[in-house]
Amino acid sequence: MAVYYTEEHEWISVDGDTATVGITDFAQGQLGDIVFVELPETGRQVTKGGEAAVVESVKAASDVYSPVDGEVVEANAALSDDPSLANSDPEGEGWFFRLRLADRSQLEGLMEAEAYKAFTEAQ
Amino acid sequence: MSDAPDRLLPLDAWHRARGARMVEFAGYPMPIQYEGILAEHRWTRESAGLFDVSHMGQLIVAGAEAEKGLEAVLPADLAILKEGRLRYSLLLADDGGIVDDLMATRRGDHFYLVVNGATKEGDIAYLTERLPRGVVLDHMKEQALLALQGPKAVEVLARFAPGVEQLGFMTGGAFALGGATVWISRSGYTGEDGFEISLPAARAAAVADLLTDQEEVRPIGLGARDSLRLEAGLPLYGHDLDTTTTPIEADLGFAVSKRRRAEGGFAGWHRIIREIEEGPVRRRVGLAVEGRQPVREGAVVVDADGDEVGKVTSGGFSPMLGTPIAMAYVPAPSVEPGTDIRLVQRGKIFQAKVAPMPFVPHRYHRKGAA
Repeated sequence: MAVYYTEEHEWISVDGDTATVGITDFAQGQLGDIVFVELPETGRQVTKGGEAAVVESVKAASDVYSPVDGEVVEANAALSDDPSLANSDPEGEGWFFRLRLADRSQLEGLMEAEAYKAFTEAQ
Repeated sequence: MSDAPDRLLPLDAWHRARGARMVEFAGYPMPIQYEGILAEHRWTRESAGLFDVSHMGQLIVAGAEAEKGLEAVLPADLAILKEGRLRYSLLLADDGGIVDDLMATRRGDHFYLVVNGATKEGDIAYLTERLPRGVVLDHMKEQALLALQGPKAVEVLARFAPGVEQLGFMTGGAFALGGATVWISRSGYTGEDGFEISLPAARAAAVADLLTDQEEVRPIGLGARDSLRLEAGLPLYGHDLDTTTTPIEADLGFAVSKRRRAEGGFAGWHRIIREIEEGPVRRRVGLAVEGRQPVREGAVVVDADGDEVGKVTSGGFSPMLGTPIAMAYVPAPSVEPGTDIRLVQRGKIFQAKVAPMPFVPHRYHRKGAA
């Protein structure tokens, strides 16, 4: 499975024509303790760079953007129940939603792990 | 961020060495968190937390007319304030608006005031203009201010400053601590038992080390300071209080002393006495927000038609309750606990109920109480 990253600190893990989206470890570290997430409902069309979810830490609310266009096929109910999963396992159990890719070519504009690491180190 | 050396607080390097995340606050880089806001919040409620609040303004008001001069801008009865006693008070404008909130202590031949960091320059200008000739105002820029808060604060501090355990809530005295003479009061901004320590800036790091070397104590940042005071129902100037809010609207009528209500003679008295008699048009209340999503400062209170009738002035997630809580100004008919309140934030509607404050019970050390 290929994993890509955005400049807004989302990750997207691609498996065939579906993909899983979440926020990066760097993002959760910046946000601090996460106390609430609002996830997109199944069937919703999300667009590249468009608001797809909301994450609230003790400090502030932040938007989570979809890295690509697609249709949401599943939201992570476990994360809704326990938002701290986004702190403890952001790139695993703390995933946000799954989508069906509308245009695979959009993945080409995203960063791979090495490039994202360099990007965060420059932040 | 302006990192000009004259705008660094005495413990700047101390915080950075302990891994604090620094943010600009009141014109200074200050620690927002160390290990994380939730952990720091809980630690303070369960053990003891050390807060650096050296950004706050520490003022001395001295002179034969100091009491009278201060009573012209504060609604407190300073005449009955005994030596070493603290009083929460409000610096008032002529229209009854709140210029700042503060602590005033009678200390020998002068009053010692602690005012907010973001407003201290304005307070000094206002006091300079309003205090009579002959009253001397000194801004103690060389003093740092630490707060040790939490149920274990007393046993820790008494190890190094024996006698502090004898202080009752809202009293203070001079003590020797870490090789310096310091002023310690039993007071704070968390709702917990605890102390505030005014000390020479040059001794601040040594005393902070001394206290945080104790296993009960961890350093706590501004993030948890804010969530703690919100749970305690304590207003934050610049958010819940400002020059457009009056003491009665802010539900701080307790700060307007009985004699002063009757006699007047302080800025804003006419409006304040009218609001005491007739009731204010709006009031600060606590809100318990339904669901789990926090509602924050800036969210609006709306009526059944969706028209704005108030605003949220502080809001967040209560670590102890595990639910969102807030403070808001609501219309007078809606102030009773249990009243349904509708809020709008970023286009989304939230339901809330007026809740009594504090949200989490205070645990102050009141003499004569168990």
